[in-house]
Amino acid sequence: MKAGTGTLDALMTQFLLLSLLAVGGGNAAIPEMHRQAVDVLGWMTDRQFADLFAIAQVAPGPNIIVVTLIGFHVAGVAGGVVATLAMCGPSCLLAFGMGHIWERFRYARWRVLIQAGLVPVSVGLIAASALILAQAADVNWVAFALTMVMAAVGYFTRVHPLWIFALAAFAGYVGLV
Amino acid sequence: MTEPPSGEGDAINPRPSLPELLFALSYVSLTGFGGVLPFARRMIVEQKRWMSAEEFNEVFSLCQFLPGPNIVNFSVVYGARLGGPLGAVLGLIAILAPAMVVVMILGGIYMRFGDVAALQRILSGLAAAAAGLIVAVSAKMAVPLFRRGFGPAPIVAVAIFIAVGILRVPLLWALLVATPAGIALAWRWRT
Repeated sequence: MKAGTGTLDALMTQFLLLSLLAVGGGNAAIPEMHRQAVDVLGWMTDRQFADLFAIAQVAPGPNIIVVTLIGFHVAGVAGGVVATLAMCGPSCLLAFGMGHIWERFRYARWRVLIQAGLVPVSVGLIAASALILAQAADVNWVAFALTMVMAAVGYFTRVHPLWIFALAAFAGYVGLV
Repeated sequence: MTEPPSGEGDAINPRPSLPELLFALSYVSLTGFGGVLPFARRMIVEQKRWMSAEEFNEVFSLCQFLPGPNIVNFSVVYGARLGGPLGAVLGLIAILAPAMVVVMILGGIYMRFGDVAALQRILSGLAAAAAGLIVAVSAKMAVPLFRRGFGPAPIVAVAIFIAVGILRVPLLWALLVATPAGIALAWRWRT
């Protein structure tokens, strides 16, 4: 928990490198984060990593805040901020540049074709993420039912998901999940 | 709940001002449980109607393709479209900062009370529900794609779902194959 300069430097280096390797989003970088934080650098135990990941999953905000938690665990608030900025910095600069090009050539033929090629890839990846997350979370039939209820409510209605989260938290609390 | 299944609206409102964007994304950051994409889509496409479902797919697919956290990239790209570099920085701050504050508070609580079993059980229930949200949003994103009828797009979507979701092919490999293939198929189909 000591925010030494060396620790902050290490956090920054790790996540700057990881930023551009996270092809397909933050969750794609989880295995590499785990390898570094647990196996290589010994920042935390396997169990601690799993707990931090669970907290980041259920906390509000982008999934990438698991990086904030890792940094926080290693070096307090400064660690959380440094790790997050390092993880997002390079990819954000790239996104800024690409977004500009994307918009400028809105009606260019090559851009329309790349777009037509990328959209289905994106849709397929999101569906794959849904499957992977469901497989990880649905440890029993009650958990599976919770997933399906949330999916149906989210698709067919505009009911706020927090109501279903409250139900899920209660089901977990009384030991059904 | 008399409105049609969400996300299909074509009526688009004027683009938001930067303070409106800052407020909306901060709200998404604080309320987006279990992955922010469904909440960002809900806010921008369904409630505010700042983007059509197709436009959202278009910007998000770019951010999905680029490395880094998708929703953070999305906030940067969308912010930049509305307000240049300032908009990009505001988008980044709005989507990240509120969530960072909350998660570090939770992290502090966890370091103190992480051994409590009831807390672990509640987390299990929340994780199951969070997965359902992603199931719903993937269905919503797939509808505009499949509605256009026959073509290479649904084939590519299903193929990458099988490769990454079921066969667990490393993402980099899947992208290196599927992206050129998808573009090539789109090119062949249109000419």
